[in-house]
Parts: sequence; C-alpha cells; structure tokens
Amino acid sequence: MNFAVVVFPGSNCDHDAYHAVKHVFGQSAEFVWHKETSLGDADVVILPGGFSHGDYLRTGAIARFSPIMASVRAFAEAGKPVIGICNGFQILMECGLLPGAMLRNRDVQFHCEHVGVRIEQADTPFTGKASVGQMLRIPIAHGEGNYFAPPEVIAELEAHRRVIFRYASADGEVTDAANPNGSVHNIAGICNEGRNVVGLMPHPERAVELVTGSADGRVVFESVIQHGV
Amino acid sequence: MRARVFVTLKPSVFDPQGRTIVEALHSLGHTEVGDVRQGKYFELDLNVESAAAAEALATEVSQQVLANPVIESFRLEVDSESKAGRS
Repeated sequence: MNFAVVVFPGSNCDHDAYHAVKHVFGQSAEFVWHKETSLGDADVVILPGGFSHGDYLRTGAIARFSPIMASVRAFAEAGKPVIGICNGFQILMECGLLPGAMLRNRDVQFHCEHVGVRIEQADTPFTGKASVGQMLRIPIAHGEGNYFAPPEVIAELEAHRRVIFRYASADGEVTDAANPNGSVHNIAGICNEGRNVVGLMPHPERAVELVTGSADGRVVFESVIQHGV
Repeated sequence: MRARVFVTLKPSVFDPQGRTIVEALHSLGHTEVGDVRQGKYFELDLNVESAAAAEALATEVSQQVLANPVIESFRLEVDSESKAGRS
C-alpha cells in the first residue's frame, strides 16, 4: 500500500509516521509537502502531529489553507482512508472534515505520557483488526486536546457510533480520572459520517515497537493495511 | 483604517485559562473577582478607504481565520478616528 504523509511547516511526527509505515510495516510511504497539490497514487493519507505553522493563532488554523488540503478533501470525499493524528486531527476539524474543536487541556498543562485508550468501534479502516473494548496504552503529547463540540453534535456522534477512541482506565472503565485533558465524554478520537476519515489525539505511530514502551498502536496500522488488501 | 477584533470563547464553552487565572487572583486575595474569561485581541491595519470596507474586510478575515465558529465568537470595532488622523 502507498501511504502519503503530509508535511506542514512545523510537523514533527511526520518521520515517526513514515518510520512506522515504511520500516515497521514494510509499506510504501512518501512525504508530501503541504505546497504540493497532488497526493500521487496514495491509498492512505496521514496528517501527522506537530505544530503546523507554529499553531500560533489556533492549532491547525493555518494548515487548513495549505494547497494540499484541497486534494486531501477530495481524497476523503472519495471515501478513501484518511487519519489525522494529534495536530492532524486538529487540522481535520479546522477544515471541517471532522466536527468539533480542541480547547486547552482543562488543567492548562501540556501532557506527554502514556494513557489508556479504549477502542469503541471496529468498523473503520483504522480499527478493523481491533476488537470493541480493546485497551491500548499509547502516548499523548498535547496542550490542546480537550475535545469540544456542541451538545447536539456530541449526541449525533454518539448516536451514530462515531466515537472511535475513548480515554479509559487500564481495566477499560471510562472515568474522569482516566481523562487526561477534560474531553467531553472522554473522547480521544472520532470519525466522519462515511467512517473513512478518523482523527485522534493519541499517537499510535509512536507505539509500534516495544523499544518505545508500547506496541499497542500497531493495530491501527495493521487495520488499514488489511483494509486495503 | 484600523479594526479591532475581540475573539472570545462562546459562553457555553469552558475556558481553562480563565479558570486558572481566576483561581490565581483568588489566591492573591482578590476574592471579589467572580469570573475571568480569556480571549484574543487583534488590531488590523487595513489599506481600504471607507469604514464600510474596513468592517467588511475585518468581518471576512475574522470569520475565515481569526475565530473558530465552533467555539468562539467575535466582535469588531472600526476605528474611524484613525482614518481621520491618517488621511
């Protein structure tokens, strides 16, 4: 499979995503600079984490105007798999491919730690090999991951099973103590209506080899590779 | 022309920074401060001739870039005195 890893000025998880896809999973991967207008022959698009354009105004606020985003939108609207990780998730919300917005973490601290993340749905390209209720221990690294959407949008996400990842304790309980940032309903990741666009704050690409402390993120990549076979 | 844009979180949106600031003020003894909401303030220098054009342009960039309508609202003021002073 061909993965396109979009690189914005200030992206800093682009190489982690590339390494995971190319070296750990043996797939084809290409960096695509944000000023490009074509995604080439990509089968999957990754919007990686980082601080695109410095995130000085708001996270992802400027990146959504990058030339490549028209192609990302067309790719997404064609039903092909797109994943936004951390800043990539924030960009997907700013450009309207996913609903909601991120507030500052409720304790105003930047959190860089492994957290418990529960798989809520296994019918997206990125969770097809997981089981519902499966617990992942994967890292987060963000200051603005406090997911917010108006109550009617949250109700819609829940009703249509569009919450894909939720912060949970090691034994799978969705508790306030397991919520690192104050996200409403402990939401860590969601998908679009077509279920092909997924955004999440935790970093599965940083948890694909045990040397980094966890390999629980592998299932996200194994899922999309299986999806494309 | 100059426009001033005030971007604030909508009333229904929790403001972690405002909460932290009010707690700090209380710890300094300013217990009469009931609540704090933090926002953003922008001054735009606009190369347009009329107040109406300035308001239209400032509104457009506020909607498109400066504020995120999911969580924020904005209001703006066009500084007509600056126009008089500069023209």
